[in-house]
Amino acid sequence: MAKRLSRDAEAADMPAEDVSGTGAAAEAVAEVGQGAKDGLWNKFKKTDFARNFKRNWTYLLFLIPAVVVTFIFAYIPIYGLLIAFQDYMPGDSILHGYWIGIDNFKEFFGNYVFWNLMGNTFLLCILGFIIGFPLPIIVALMLNSTKNKKLSKLLQTLFNGPHFISLVVLVGMLYLFFGRYGLVNNIIESAGGERYSFFLEAEAFRPMYILSSNWQDFGWSSIVYLAALSGVDTAQHEAATIDGASRFQRVLHVDFPAIAPIVSVMLIMSIGGLMGVGYEKVLLMQTDGNLETSEIIATYVYKQGIKNLRQGYATAVGLFNSVINLVLLVIANTVSRKFSENSLF
Amino acid sequence: MTTATENISERVQKHEKQKKHHVKESKGDRVYYAIVYIILALLAIIVVYPLYFVVIASFSSADAVLAGKVYLFPVDIDFTGYIRCFERTDIWIGYGNTIWYTAAYTILSVVFTVTAAWALSRKTLPFRRFFMIFFTITMFFGGGLIPFYKVVSDLGMLDNPLSIILPGTVSAWNLFMAKTFFQTGVPDSIIEAAELDGANRLRLFVSVILPLSMPIVAVLALYYAVGQWNSYFNAMIFLTDQNLYPLQLVLKEILTASESTTGGSGETILEQFRLANQLKYVTVIISSLPVFCIYPFVQKFFAQGVMVGSLKD
Repeated sequence: MAKRLSRDAEAADMPAEDVSGTGAAAEAVAEVGQGAKDGLWNKFKKTDFARNFKRNWTYLLFLIPAVVVTFIFAYIPIYGLLIAFQDYMPGDSILHGYWIGIDNFKEFFGNYVFWNLMGNTFLLCILGFIIGFPLPIIVALMLNSTKNKKLSKLLQTLFNGPHFISLVVLVGMLYLFFGRYGLVNNIIESAGGERYSFFLEAEAFRPMYILSSNWQDFGWSSIVYLAALSGVDTAQHEAATIDGASRFQRVLHVDFPAIAPIVSVMLIMSIGGLMGVGYEKVLLMQTDGNLETSEIIATYVYKQGIKNLRQGYATAVGLFNSVINLVLLVIANTVSRKFSENSLF
Repeated sequence: MTTATENISERVQKHEKQKKHHVKESKGDRVYYAIVYIILALLAIIVVYPLYFVVIASFSSADAVLAGKVYLFPVDIDFTGYIRCFERTDIWIGYGNTIWYTAAYTILSVVFTVTAAWALSRKTLPFRRFFMIFFTITMFFGGGLIPFYKVVSDLGMLDNPLSIILPGTVSAWNLFMAKTFFQTGVPDSIIEAAELDGANRLRLFVSVILPLSMPIVAVLALYYAVGQWNSYFNAMIFLTDQNLYPLQLVLKEILTASESTTGGSGETILEQFRLANQLKYVTVIISSLPVFCIYPFVQKFFAQGVMVGSLKD
């Protein structure tokens, strides 16, 4: 899908019939910042851009609400990143702040928690990725190869279901199942084992986090592959069958190549999001007992910035995290463009 | 988009017809199918059992659940959890808040997204390239949590429902999904015909385009509504007045409350723990019920949305 984003954003050119009237065109000039000299003005009025603008400026009105909301809640925060370079106290003005250069970053890199946070963030994401990336592909290939389409639809409905459970409820269920007197411990005890406090042990955090995330989203993530699989040309399957290919061979050599482009786009995106783990869920699962593995960069930002009010420092840490993400995304995109024809941008 | 889905279903039908002509399966194929069906069956059990367990645990007696007597069927049926849940006013205040936050947020989001997507889908939109980049950037880079928090608090929205309703009304992903819909799903001939009739853009949009775009409106409304219904984080950082708490925030306090925070003598602790535990099962059900009641009916729309999003031009 993302391929489309950049490609069709071509400059609009459209011949227009009428060149009279100046109201709309004048606005165009104002926006482009052209001078109002007579000769230039007349020349400008005849450009494709001016004609098109006069004809189609009303489309801009449709964009106003979305642009305003995006500007306020996505672009002003980008401007607010400046406080990462300040000794900022809540209430200070950004422009007249106390600039301290990269001291906030230095403090973070020198902090004893730095390597622990980096390690936790990377490990949680990479382990999650190793299971979470192939699973939906395998499930989609299996669902697609079943002969009974009704059964396949029913299974898809079941598998998609957990996606709609809220994080709070999901983590609540984890507490219920893995609590000291929960279902899992009851099973462990009746099997002769000892009760285990999953939520108070650092080593249990990652498996619980990753497996529950997969439980919730493997079905949902497989939809995009199923959609691609439904477009596979049946003639290819016929030909392969005539050549004596088994069903499994057809999955490998017909179905999988058909979804390979989508797989690589999804791969780029998940590598770009590698350090952007869902802190909302991590935060819910944190206890004093598992902080050693469950404290990641994003939860640290939340605690420093919103609880301890060290906003400049927390912003620097957050900025560091998003820059890593962006770099990873660009690398993944470049590599993918080099070795295949698929890229996001 | 309708053409695309028709195309897909046509292909599926063709596929099925052709499958009937297949000759006997080879031994290898039978092994393959056996493995596939076993794995799928296991996955189905793994997905369904936890949900099923929550349901039966919610109306079994608290003691039976804690003692591990409940596995497949409810034991000592007991509705005290439900009764206690109905007595909790905070849950119902949260429910009411969530309903109105979700409604307001969904309406704003859909209006903002659909209008902008319509404009972006027009090749003749002035500065189109600029606006595409403007929205695309937000998908890959942002200011992060603290600057976002600062903007909301600088606008004086702390402890104000607007902080829940306004931010996030335009998601670039949904915007581009809707844009693709307009590009592939609304024939240019219809637009040209309407413009020749002299209809102005707003009238064209309301009377011609909107009726044609109900599928995408449905998908967007569902995406935004479920997202808002299930979110807790913004409410947690922006709201301190408990009367404004949405349901998820109330649930967070009930469900993730530590197991050992209650005081009192040994017996009351145990009693409180039993009751709290049962209440948790009940609240999981009560809070998820609306989403799961409509889920089977709307899930094809959700899936459609993902497909629209993945279509290539």
